[in-house]
Amino acid sequence: MSALLPSAAAAQQGNGLTELLGGLLPDTLPFWALTLVGAVVAFAMVFGFVAVLAMFATWLERKVAGHIQVRYGPMRVGGWHGWAQAIADGVKLLIKEDLVVSAADKPLFKLAPMVVLGTALAAFVALPFGPGAIVADVDVGIFFILAISSITTFGVIMAGWGSNNKWSLYGAMREAAQVASYEIPLGLSLMMPVMYFGSLSLHDAGELQSGWFGMQWYVFSDAFWIAIPSFALFFTAALAETKRAPFDLPESESELVAGFHTEYSGIRFSFFFMEEYAAMYLMSAVGTAFWFGAWNFPGLSLLEGTVLYAPLAVAAFVTKSLLLVFLMMWVRWTVPRIRIDQVMALGYKYLTPLCLLMIFLAASWEWFKATVFGA
Amino acid sequence: MDKVAMDSALRDGERLVELDVRTQDVEINMGPQHPATHGVLRVLLRADGEILTGAQSHLGYLHRSAEKIGENVDWLQFLPYTDRYDYLSAMNNNLAYSLAVEKLLGVEVPERAQYIRVILAELNRIASHLVAFGTYGLDIGAFTPFFYTLRERELLLDIFEKICGARLTYSYIRPGGLMNDAPEGWVDQVKAFTELFDGKWKEYWDLLVDNKIFVERTANVGVIPEEQALAWGCSGPMLRGSGVDWDLRRDNPYLVYDKLDFEVIVGCGHRGTVGDCFDRNYVRMYEMVEANRMVKQCLEQMQDGEVQHEDVGLVLRPAPGEAYVGIENPRGELGHYLVSDGNKIAKRLRVRGPSFCNLALAEHMLPGCMLADAAAIIGSVDIVIGETDR
Repeated sequence: MSALLPSAAAAQQGNGLTELLGGLLPDTLPFWALTLVGAVVAFAMVFGFVAVLAMFATWLERKVAGHIQVRYGPMRVGGWHGWAQAIADGVKLLIKEDLVVSAADKPLFKLAPMVVLGTALAAFVALPFGPGAIVADVDVGIFFILAISSITTFGVIMAGWGSNNKWSLYGAMREAAQVASYEIPLGLSLMMPVMYFGSLSLHDAGELQSGWFGMQWYVFSDAFWIAIPSFALFFTAALAETKRAPFDLPESESELVAGFHTEYSGIRFSFFFMEEYAAMYLMSAVGTAFWFGAWNFPGLSLLEGTVLYAPLAVAAFVTKSLLLVFLMMWVRWTVPRIRIDQVMALGYKYLTPLCLLMIFLAASWEWFKATVFGA
Repeated sequence: MDKVAMDSALRDGERLVELDVRTQDVEINMGPQHPATHGVLRVLLRADGEILTGAQSHLGYLHRSAEKIGENVDWLQFLPYTDRYDYLSAMNNNLAYSLAVEKLLGVEVPERAQYIRVILAELNRIASHLVAFGTYGLDIGAFTPFFYTLRERELLLDIFEKICGARLTYSYIRPGGLMNDAPEGWVDQVKAFTELFDGKWKEYWDLLVDNKIFVERTANVGVIPEEQALAWGCSGPMLRGSGVDWDLRRDNPYLVYDKLDFEVIVGCGHRGTVGDCFDRNYVRMYEMVEANRMVKQCLEQMQDGEVQHEDVGLVLRPAPGEAYVGIENPRGELGHYLVSDGNKIAKRLRVRGPSFCNLALAEHMLPGCMLADAAAIIGSVDIVIGETDR
């Protein structure tokens, strides 16, 4: 399986797509037409994946919350442990009345969910699912993901302002303050693996962790003593970035009713909902790709070259990412919520300086390795 | 207007802040439908960004004229209405009203009835504090402890259901004694609960109270100094949280409380200042332990016997006179002031509700805090709107 969209190198050769779609499309098609077909296929794949993921994640969240809270969660719809609950909820949200508040700023109100979901989907483009299974192997993959996903904030601010509701406005302002602050530690915490791998591409990170029978993960590498604390920093910042508890201030329901999406219902609300789970998965996948060996798994390399290899590699990557998603859920249902001034203090006074310290240590370690071992 | 004139135009305590832009405080309605107001309380907040600059609570959305009804129905017929003002501690409400009527009648109930009353009042205190603690967790943003507390409250409701058939509005403790004696096996059920509860209590403590985030959110927030708590007539955990050592069960004993060994829990600034939200919650947490101890002692001391005074029937005609009895309800002093003119209907019935008095102070704690603290402070007062509005 190779890249759907031409990567920088493939674009120079001009055969990124023809390789994959060569059997399906006539060779005479111009490059732009191939690119368009590739884009549509890529969108369908990403959207399909995110939609299924969001459904699974909502079901999982309800089951996790249920079992943590000494109850079962959904048990009825579909039979086995309420597996169809998310589908039923999705259908319900789809057929609900499309309600727009009469005093709302209508263009902003309608645009906000699209911006939020659109940017979340766009970030998936640079995410590898397995060796070669990446929509666009952008050289600056992680940079692209951070840049695109921070546009989500604009959608949330638009929603908060457009709703013409004071609670929503509070949620939007908190989002603006919080996410803008946590972009810094999030970006800095990613510098440690980037320095170790020497690449901004998540796909490269996956390739570089494939040694030792698939156990050469960053957290097990020679720099494990940098990797583990830097992952803790990354995970904390990622929780804040994805508005998950204990940093769920933009929608903190006991203070702001429902925060920025108080006035949203039906399909528009479901867009925000999908975005939340897409963002959670995205951050978990970035964490998996950089710290936990991406698609590599002990023994998996033995199957290399067989039909089973690609599906199993993708399965390993998705499973590891979902384990981190589960960790986020676990945190959410365990701890109380932090106050906004404490969120800010944590971001600026603790996380950012710690990230800078880790960067210094990581850089020193790379220099030490280079001078002593001459690597 | 020049600066000096502007300064002099300001009221005491206000300060002049010169900004490049003209700003205006936002006025925002917290309630009557809001997740953190525990019912239909409406608090009008004025806020400068996240900092509150003013607050005013508006009551009355659940007003049902309980006192006036009390002056129109028989003495005994009013008992079910007492269940409904503080619906989380209906046993204590029944007890408060019954004690006031008994004082008017000049009777004392049999000893077994007194012990069962204390057991029920203390179990009801645990049930009420469990809800208070659980919903306080919700206010702070922790969902899970609420389910844990409801799990144990369920056992208590089963105990209440077994003895009187009702799970929320009991009308079981009544003037002259009790509706009926405890059924077979009830004492064992209570004993099983008391043995189970201490371990469960440790779970709540480890999960939420000792949590760093919880401490950060509650310590030094919403501080009520001792003098202020006394001046505003606070009672219950709200008063003891501020460091005032006052408990009607010890200082003005009724029933068999003077035969029991228990400690009065007083806040002393365990994680911050005396009288902050953490202290109020701390008092509630340890009162559950003390209540559990009292129930164990009652079970040991209780003897068989009558549970209803033989002279008190269904239609009561107390001699002309007046009586006031206040008891230590989970939320504070619940008092009934009754006036009888010898008739079978009260001449005057007045209820002194703890939530109402405690809530009066809440709006004075809010200005200067952050918006998120509003939920933490109102939650720490532990109000039941059914009782503030009555």
